Amino acid sequence: MSDVKKFLYVNRKAPYGTIYALESLEVVLIGAAFEQDVALAFLDDGVFQLTKGQNTEEIGMKNFSPTFRALGDYDVQKLYVERESLEERGLSEDDLIEVVYEDEDDDWAEKPAIRVISRAEMSDVMAEADVILSF
Amino acid sequence: MKIGVLVSEGPYTHEAADSAYKFVTAALAAGHEVPRVFFYHDGVNVATRLSVPPQDERHIQRNWTTLAKEHGVDLVVCIAAAQRRGILDENEAKRQGKDTDNLAEGFRISGLGQLIEMAIQTDRLVTFGD
Repeated sequence: MSDVKKFLYVNRKAPYGTIYALESLEVVLIGAAFEQDVALAFLDDGVFQLTKGQNTEEIGMKNFSPTFRALGDYDVQKLYVERESLEERGLSEDDLIEVVYEDEDDDWAEKPAIRVISRAEMSDVMAEADVILSF
Repeated sequence: MKIGVLVSEGPYTHEAADSAYKFVTAALAAGHEVPRVFFYHDGVNVATRLSVPPQDERHIQRNWTTLAKEHGVDLVVCIAAAQRRGILDENEAKRQGKDTDNLAEGFRISGLGQLIEMAIQTDRLVTFGD
């Protein structure tokens, strides 16, 4: 295996209605075993994937949003959320679930993994990635 | 250059599998290497050998099967996505107690790790999807 690459998973679709969000998360979970530098990006309707209080009972789908909270255990430490996408949908950071990771360089202190960034910053995040998987 | 390809939309409904096929053919003709193509989401439906399009239409699955034979491209279908959508190889059909399998020649079913590995080992990952 070659050097560590920067993987960016770009999530642009709502969590339900299509299968993209769920199958994207499946790639992230499998990919975690490959010890690459992993980050997730949420923009457009993808920001709905991280909203609190999802209830899927009536649509017969599994609510997989709790799985995002486990990403810290998979050493996924960066979940970038685009501020403009939140605002365009009447959402703010307060509407999002909490995802934390333990920082091994800081005595395993729990730190928030979700980072709300601007559209311009999101473009930098994408430019720096070696591999972009867009769902 | 080494190029990995991801196909993430189904055949006929979406042009992704056609564009990916044309891209891979062109890339190989230009001297690039395409070691693997990974099929995910509805892209796994490209791999059914039971597809019977009208005679005067392109046969997407057959195109890919021929490409795999002639150029040794590794066509990998995601197992989790395939099982949801009823794409089974012989072993999996037996294991699941189904009366037939439908994976076309030239394709193989494997895990998502093959997608990550491809992204690590190639210079570029090119996605054909929505």
